[in-house]
Amino acid sequence: MPAVQETIDQVKAIDVDQYKYGFVSDIDSEKGAKGLSEETVRFISAKKQEPEWMTEWRLDALRRFQTMEEPNWARVDYPKIDFDALYYWASPKSVEGPKSLDEVDPELLATYEKLGIPLREQEILAGVEPKNRVAVDAVFDSVSVVTTFKEELKKAGVIFCSISEAIREHPELVKKYLGSVVPVTDNYYATLNSAVFSDGSFVYIPEGVRCPMELSTYFRINEMNTGQFERTLIIAEKGSYVSYLEGCTAPQRDENQLHAAVVELVALDDAEIKYSTVQNWFPGDSEGKGGIYNFVTKRGDCRGKNSKISWTQVETGSAITWKYPSCILRGDNSVGEFYSIAVSNGYQQIDSGTKMIHLGKNTSSRIISKGISAGKSSNTYRGLVSAHRKASNARNFTQCDSLLIGQDCGAHTVPYIESKNASAVFEHEATTSKISDDQMFYCLQRGLDEEGAVALIVNGFVKDVIQQLPMEFAVEAQKLISISLEGSVG
Amino acid sequence: MNMSIPINHTQAETEILSRFDAIKSGLVGSEAVSTLREEALEEIKTKGLPHKRVEEYKYSDLRAYMKSAAAIAGEADPDAVASVLNDAGNFGALERYRVVVANGRFVPEVSDVDGLAAEGVDLGDFNDLLACENGVDLLGSPKSAGSDATIALNTAFVQGGVVITVREGVDVSKPIELVHVATEQGAQVARNRIAVSKGAKLKVLETFAGDAGNGEINVVFDYDVADEALLSVTRLIVGQSAGARLFTSLARIGEKAEFKTLGFMAGPAFARNQQFVAFEGEHSEAKLFGVTMARDTALADHTLIVDHAVPNCNSREFFKTVLDDRAKGVYQGRINVAQHAQKSDGEMMTQALLLGEDAEMANKPELEIFADDVLCAHGATSGQIDEDLLFYLRARGIPEAEARTLLVLAFLSEAIEEFGEEDVTEELETRVRNWLAA
Repeated sequence: MPAVQETIDQVKAIDVDQYKYGFVSDIDSEKGAKGLSEETVRFISAKKQEPEWMTEWRLDALRRFQTMEEPNWARVDYPKIDFDALYYWASPKSVEGPKSLDEVDPELLATYEKLGIPLREQEILAGVEPKNRVAVDAVFDSVSVVTTFKEELKKAGVIFCSISEAIREHPELVKKYLGSVVPVTDNYYATLNSAVFSDGSFVYIPEGVRCPMELSTYFRINEMNTGQFERTLIIAEKGSYVSYLEGCTAPQRDENQLHAAVVELVALDDAEIKYSTVQNWFPGDSEGKGGIYNFVTKRGDCRGKNSKISWTQVETGSAITWKYPSCILRGDNSVGEFYSIAVSNGYQQIDSGTKMIHLGKNTSSRIISKGISAGKSSNTYRGLVSAHRKASNARNFTQCDSLLIGQDCGAHTVPYIESKNASAVFEHEATTSKISDDQMFYCLQRGLDEEGAVALIVNGFVKDVIQQLPMEFAVEAQKLISISLEGSVG
Repeated sequence: MNMSIPINHTQAETEILSRFDAIKSGLVGSEAVSTLREEALEEIKTKGLPHKRVEEYKYSDLRAYMKSAAAIAGEADPDAVASVLNDAGNFGALERYRVVVANGRFVPEVSDVDGLAAEGVDLGDFNDLLACENGVDLLGSPKSAGSDATIALNTAFVQGGVVITVREGVDVSKPIELVHVATEQGAQVARNRIAVSKGAKLKVLETFAGDAGNGEINVVFDYDVADEALLSVTRLIVGQSAGARLFTSLARIGEKAEFKTLGFMAGPAFARNQQFVAFEGEHSEAKLFGVTMARDTALADHTLIVDHAVPNCNSREFFKTVLDDRAKGVYQGRINVAQHAQKSDGEMMTQALLLGEDAEMANKPELEIFADDVLCAHGATSGQIDEDLLFYLRARGIPEAEARTLLVLAFLSEAIEEFGEEDVTEELETRVRNWLAA
């Protein structure tokens, strides 16, 4: 299997504290004042040339935030975040926005190149079937710099732009949907995000349109000490389909960085949204120093009948992950899916899972979660499946498996399964084990070395989820997993 | 986080605090015991009764349920105890010893003290031990229980109980029925200790008789299963009652020992059966079963934590719940595996059958694992009676009502049979049938 061989090579080539994407690119950037205050919020809003209603919306969130307390129920442990010591705004100098790739700061392009973002796709992909194209909305420390493929998407009627542009250009859509899935007051970090969100993607798929390409955003945290507060809003009108890819890398740093994103998905009648994430932020070095704090609120609302939202995620990075991509199955016959691979190594702490809230009739959901913990990490699956009184014939199948590698790590499963409707059928199963001696023996006997055997077995363990990823991500994800597990094998 | 903010006490909480003052002077125990009781009460005073914002009581809101707190029941008259016992029909003709705790206090007059002594089983009054120098040790609780409110309530008010000690190597020929009797309405608070010495074997049937009215029944069972010993416990939590029923098992299991228990719940309006099981020796086994039936607006809660603190132990949890009307079933189970507890094997299963449209089941099967060489699994299902099975039976001429009964019985019997105590199987299955017929 060539893929496996590649994985092994990758693992060998990289030491655990040599984070592949750990570099800092020196681009002049503009920062707002340090600290969280009304001025900061006004500053951000003014920088983004937002209308008055948006500024008010942010200020309202800030006032709410100041009355809230940090949640402490997750199984994660970190020093208290000093919100006043953070910068809430940083953007590359050229706010005007270059008109073509030539105008983009060459160093920025070099950074993208290291990250492997196919920004020059139009040239590279020339002659390739249009449906295989990927549109990239590159977010470089808070501001969308270049958006590719815009024209083609425009032809299809798809709006794919930065959220700040959407606020200016499509205020009616933003007003209608922003905060309708994740309310401003939803939770501590979502409220913070509502107050200070910097930028993010906005996607609108009109009725009956199948988005002609996979949409993709690469996030990258670059500025020292800057919180990254992304806000993503995806709306799929009746009968439409979109697949959205999100991938993240960040440079190596000593200080912890905060990331509190909010992602909202709205699927109307017969619409389908597929949201895939590969998250590979800096997890901290081999002593657990540094690393990103990732407190994300992701939620999809199957608002219409027969709608479907599918989350697929591969989590390999971040010092702390606090993330529960959820589906509200409001429309009758709607479907929610959650496929997840969470890999933790070193001193990483992951508390992640999903919520499937069945409100409509005949709704169904499926959860496949694979946790792999190694090193001294802690990996928790925390999930909720609930059927409300009117959710007759709701169905859920949950499978969460954990694999432990090494004796200093922890794997925990905390599922909440609440059925308030007799006709709801819920099935849940979970297992925790290590790689069995039998499996190892089998592989070793066939001439694989120990690392190769572990890589093979782990790949098999996560196969169910990898299969759900779009092609572009599947290969990358497999590599990431093996990189993440480096140092734990043997 | 906000411990310092004083809470507004509910009526029940106020009554709990005032009834403590009323009986304080008469409570048994050394100064250390008194201090412990005061501390436990302080816990209730500052935090109140547990409510849905307390994770462990998320689904069983005791604070909302307990509208008032009845006075502590007074000492029972042995004659009154005997008459209640005559009316109680638990386990019919089954040959057994009887040990009686009435209104929270051990009653040797109606217990088989001599018969048990002849077998090598000693009975003692919990209060006698509590009054001893080291008496305070009797009120300990495991770390995994944290500052549990049910245990705190018990510690503050405990009236007494029995201490059963099976001597080394004794295989007790008949089961012991440990029956708690209420001869008057009022709160019944007892704590019992059952110690099975090395190589000994004991079966216990825990039953409850009489009417405590609105008074809560709060009993803690402290099990000590020594090396190579076996303890089997069948607990019946049955009968209609308005007062909250709160039962706590604290089990410590030695080396190569076995502990198994079945909690049978049917009837009470609010019942919580919580178990904290800890392995202290290797190569031991714990099997926990639950059979639960609830209807009307009853709440039936099984909460347990199995602590694999040492390597090479097995645990099995198997819980079946049938809910009708607007009843609510709760299962919260957690398997902890400590870092050095390699080769731990834990398997947890909870299944619920919802008969009533408005019935509700909350399952929370948790795994908390810090060792890598383990095999742990859990499963949870909830749903209705399988229409295909029903069709199969009806196609064979079995009327619908009967077919349903058969299927529910089969569903629950799975746990009863797996528990494998043949002495009680028939009694339990009859009770299931009666519940279904009612």
